[in-house]
Amino acid sequence: MSSVALQTPREAAAPHRVWDGLRRGALVPVLTLTAIILAVWYLACLPMNRDLPQLARVEGLANRYEAAWSLERPVLPAPHQIITELYASTIGTRLLRETADGLVLNPRNLLTHAWVTISATLAGFVIGVTLGIALAVAIVHVNALRRSLMPWIVASQSIPILAIAPIIIVALGSVGIVGLLPKAVISAYLSFFPVTIGMVKGLTSPDAMLLDLMRTYNASGTQTFVKLRWPAAMPLLFASLKVSISISLVGAIVGELPTGAQAGIGARLLSGSYYGQTVQIWSALVMAAILAALLVALITLAEKLTLKAMGARP
Amino acid sequence: MSAQTAIDIRNLSLTFQTGDGPVYALADANLTIAKGEFVSFIGPSGCGKTTLLRVIADLEQPTSGSISVNGLSPHQARLKRQYGYVFQAPALYPWRTVEANVMLPLEVFGLPKAERRERARKHLDMVRLSGFAKKFPWQLSGGMQQRVSIARALSFEPELLLMDEPFGALDEIVRDQLNEQLVKLWNETRKTVVFVTHSIPEAVFLSSRIVVMSPRPGRIIDVIDCDFGLDRTLDIRESPEFLKVAHRVREGLRAGHSYDE
Ligand SMILES: Nc1ncnc2c1ncn2[C@@H]1O[C@H](COP(=O)(O)OP(=O)(O)O)[C@@H](O)[C@H]1O
Ligand SMILES: [Mg+2]
Repeated sequence: MSSVALQTPREAAAPHRVWDGLRRGALVPVLTLTAIILAVWYLACLPMNRDLPQLARVEGLANRYEAAWSLERPVLPAPHQIITELYASTIGTRLLRETADGLVLNPRNLLTHAWVTISATLAGFVIGVTLGIALAVAIVHVNALRRSLMPWIVASQSIPILAIAPIIIVALGSVGIVGLLPKAVISAYLSFFPVTIGMVKGLTSPDAMLLDLMRTYNASGTQTFVKLRWPAAMPLLFASLKVSISISLVGAIVGELPTGAQAGIGARLLSGSYYGQTVQIWSALVMAAILAALLVALITLAEKLTLKAMGARP
Repeated sequence: MSAQTAIDIRNLSLTFQTGDGPVYALADANLTIAKGEFVSFIGPSGCGKTTLLRVIADLEQPTSGSISVNGLSPHQARLKRQYGYVFQAPALYPWRTVEANVMLPLEVFGLPKAERRERARKHLDMVRLSGFAKKFPWQLSGGMQQRVSIARALSFEPELLLMDEPFGALDEIVRDQLNEQLVKLWNETRKTVVFVTHSIPEAVFLSSRIVVMSPRPGRIIDVIDCDFGLDRTLDIRESPEFLKVAHRVREGLRAGHSYDE
């Protein structure tokens, strides 16, 4: 009898299982929010673009909106214009081009620029994370450094990156370092910070009791680090990596602006604004957002796998 | 001091210097513990029981007086890894399985893998947790977690087992079970055990000697021998002899309080 009673609620729920699954997941809230944003965006296109000459002689609200959504150089392009441009400049354009030197990445394809920015982002991320962890380890282990280093680390982040980026590019350029590395340095300059802050917190997170336990074993500093501090810091490491990778991307894009770089998302933003190609600017921005989301998703995946292997409660 | 002396404490005092002035945690403690004894410290909260245990384990330095552990200073004894310490909380590493937690000290000591496994198996057997080797701590109850931490402390067969209110956070039923198991374990291993508690029945049931301490600054007011045989069960707690010892402990604690007034 009781087994019937136990099964009934589950069976009653069966027809709604798909719906429940969606509701429990993030899909429905995300879709709802996206729909609202798109609606507001489309509505905003007319007021934002109303001063453009193309709209001056268009009468009637419907006609005015139709025109506002298909302007060539709008102040605010409509979402579908951005998507069309994204499609045309990625899938709709050849990625590889034949030159005298053989096959090269086609600069007309947005993916070429995405790749240029991503490689600087990743290089900067690796440098920044390595530096960030090294600083945190030093700060945690050498008490004097905590007081002497920390103010400098905090101060380094209060300098606007837009001011310092050109200095870095020019300084490195004058000693012959150009291309990916200066951009990676700017990325690293931004991205080490959350890692240092997170890891100082993470490496000092173990309870006094757990540290005392290691002392009763007469464990060395290295053993305490490897077996206790490092694993205890994992959740905070991944949290800071997610912040770090996103600002690495920002750093790489900012690094492409001051010299008017030939390639990269930043270069596309620059040339877009130079020629008043707002749709191109927006599609480069959307591409940057997509890249950021992908990178964060990758780290989230690594986090899930690592924490699962560390026996985290599901 | 004979070769059978495990711990020898002479005129030991400890004062913590804090922002609000000195805290006198221990005052002039004298105590000798022989090898193979099961000694309990009992006293009100804050009287310095943990501090005394930590001084023995070289986790805290005395302000004055002397202490030796198996003829060595606490520091030398710690370097020789003579301490198995069990805290009030299980203090398991959450990312390690039960087995890997028990193997932690063995890894630190650099034992070969096969021996680590063998010892973990043996000591998990001892605390009757063989079936849980591959589980993570959160999958175990509080009492089971504390048994893992006891297995971890025993795994390297230390000279001394120091236990700081290990069952303080557990409910009474689990506590009773673990008390019975601990007597068996002590009987099997014949380790010197120093056990901190603020439960009178627990102290009387487990110990071969009970050290009654006064409120802060911790002073030793009474040392009571008690011996209820190695095959004792929880039933002895109803016996007149048991109640007599318990009464004496209670009297000692009360006398300690009257120092205040
Ligand atoms: N590190 C410390 N610094 C300052 N005071 C401390 C420290 N450790 C313990 N004390 C104080 O010493 C006294 C004895 O503490 P403790 O040994 O933990 O008592 P018990 O274990 O008997 O409850 C308490 O008043 C406590 O506040
Ligand atoms: Mg205590």
